[in-house]
Amino acid sequence: METVLFYLFAALAVAGALLVIVHKNPVSSAVSLVLTLFATAVLFVLLSAHFAAAIQILVYAGAIMVLFLFTVMFLNLKPGALDFDSKNMAFKGSLLLAGLFFVGYFAILAYSMAFPGGGTATLPEGFGTVEGVGMMLFTDYLLPFELTSVLILAAIIGVVAIAKRRES
Amino acid sequence: MSGITPEHYFVLSAILFVIGAFGVIARKNLIIVLMSLELMLNAANLAFIAFSRVHGNMTGHVFMIMSITVAAAEVAVGLALVVAVYSHKDSLNVDILKMLKG
Repeated sequence: METVLFYLFAALAVAGALLVIVHKNPVSSAVSLVLTLFATAVLFVLLSAHFAAAIQILVYAGAIMVLFLFTVMFLNLKPGALDFDSKNMAFKGSLLLAGLFFVGYFAILAYSMAFPGGGTATLPEGFGTVEGVGMMLFTDYLLPFELTSVLILAAIIGVVAIAKRRES
Repeated sequence: MSGITPEHYFVLSAILFVIGAFGVIARKNLIIVLMSLELMLNAANLAFIAFSRVHGNMTGHVFMIMSITVAAAEVAVGLALVVAVYSHKDSLNVDILKMLKG
């Protein structure tokens, strides 16, 4: 059962990712990206990370995708504004394949060096639940958590400063 | 984990990461470059969660939440830049943005 689910949603994730970089129209790319993010959320559930899956759908597939789609609609692209992709795709595609094998090889190598025995640990009580992650976030990682809010504040101010109309 | 080992997840994460990196390198549309960056961050999140499962330790989940926050902030700033670039240049081609001049 888990095997079937893994391969199904891994295939969906890879297909969505490929569609993102193939489509010409940014709206289609955004919808394909939602497919990838949903498939990844299902994989998070398979890894017993339920809270992470919920956050993935709420923040990524919800907020970030709406932001992308809103921007594409807001820009009101003229016809012909997207006619510039893309030369020598075949060369770049072979580069992609080479990179794929390279990274995949090192992923397996690093894993087998880090865990010679293989296998997985037994899970503690409350693994991946809101309670477990929240306890960790508000005790051990309280300072990084608060610094994240500073980062978001900086992003808000930066966006306002960039998007403000210049008088000229 | 019956049948599916953590290596499966790492290889999937590597595949998604390389596809995202390819999008950043090969595409010239600024919005799609940003989406490919999201793909790369998403692949990193998958690796975080998978390692977290391997160790039975939830630190990876915390890092994944931090990573999502950074991604959200980055997308907000990036899309604001996209809007500014488009209103300046009437194009989303990344190749026209190379003289570092307002």
